[in-house]
Amino acid sequence: MSKDLRNPLARARGLGSAKEGVGHWMTQRITALALVFLTLWFVITVLGLMHADYATARATIAKPWNAVLLIALIITMFKHAVLGLQVVIEDYVHTRWLEMTSLVLIKFIAVLAALTGVLAVLRIALGS
Amino acid sequence: MAEFTLPKNSKIQAGKHFPAKGAKNVRTFKVYRWTPDDGQNPRTDTYEVDLDTCGPMVLDALLKIKNEIDSTLSLRRSCREGICGSCAMNIDGTNTLACTRAIDECSGGTVNIYPLPHMPVVKDLVPDLTHFYAQFASIKPWIRTQSPAPADKERLQSPEDRKKLDGLYECILCACCSTSCPSYWWNGDRYLGPAILLQAYRWIVDSRDEDTGARLDDLEDPFKLYRCHTIMNCARTCPKGLNPAKAIAEIKKLIVQRRSA
Repeated sequence: MSKDLRNPLARARGLGSAKEGVGHWMTQRITALALVFLTLWFVITVLGLMHADYATARATIAKPWNAVLLIALIITMFKHAVLGLQVVIEDYVHTRWLEMTSLVLIKFIAVLAALTGVLAVLRIALGS
Repeated sequence: MAEFTLPKNSKIQAGKHFPAKGAKNVRTFKVYRWTPDDGQNPRTDTYEVDLDTCGPMVLDALLKIKNEIDSTLSLRRSCREGICGSCAMNIDGTNTLACTRAIDECSGGTVNIYPLPHMPVVKDLVPDLTHFYAQFASIKPWIRTQSPAPADKERLQSPEDRKKLDGLYECILCACCSTSCPSYWWNGDRYLGPAILLQAYRWIVDSRDEDTGARLDDLEDPFKLYRCHTIMNCARTCPKGLNPAKAIAEIKKLIVQRRSA
């Protein structure tokens, strides 16, 4: 490997500031805040269904507010998970192609998983 | 991937032992040794130091070792009173200044001494801080103004505004905090690290500076700033008792403040 002859300042300044990152930071915190309440509601709802049968569980999810909150939980959770995973990957994966591939892949997976969850709730809520 | 194990040629081996003959009050120091000249792996040499003829600080012990026991030991030091930041190193598991850390403050038994973590080593306890200093230069750490300086007096600052620099101006750039930060270990090439971000904030809050917006623009970056995950090692290790994590949080708050939620 030949010696890097750039001035150290050129290396430190690199490609400059991306002038973004605050959106990610803010969204991560707002979704976290939303998840505090949504998760609490979800746990309480599930505890309420503890000894219920299948039909009761379906009926509970089908109630409009429960369906709305459950969809909100699913979307918020996957959004938050993607933001968090993105940070972990950027922190630890330093092979550029692997980093890019995993960053795109987690987004694909999250969108598909969220859509699947939302469709499941809608089918119960709208009864088909 | 981030490297969690040392490369083969960096694995530390057992080194030499230098006993203190005839001494009664002995403390043992285990010191990291590596030289670029002999192609050997790093090793830890063990020195027994007679505390009856040694000053109270770890730096005193290191200088006694260098002067009286093994002159091949390399370390940086200058002011011996915690203001130059030269003797920053990892002592007893914590990054600190050798000159302000008392020997009897170290936990019992052998005192382990290593160079600042995760930096290239020049020799023994001397790390290569070139990139760290270049990162400092990259934030343009000087007053930036549009208005010309008053002809007959200095730029004035109210006592309240001056107070905002307390806890920031004391930073001596010893690099203890940055090299204690896991985020700086894994992404130090792009993440500015706690020391440089604290210095950047020092100019952002300075009431006489007129380039705050540009300074925030330059910092708003997923890697330069947002690699800080509030791990807080920086605040814990700072030998001057400063809180770089708080300065970083203030920068993040200002960047939020100038946009809509």
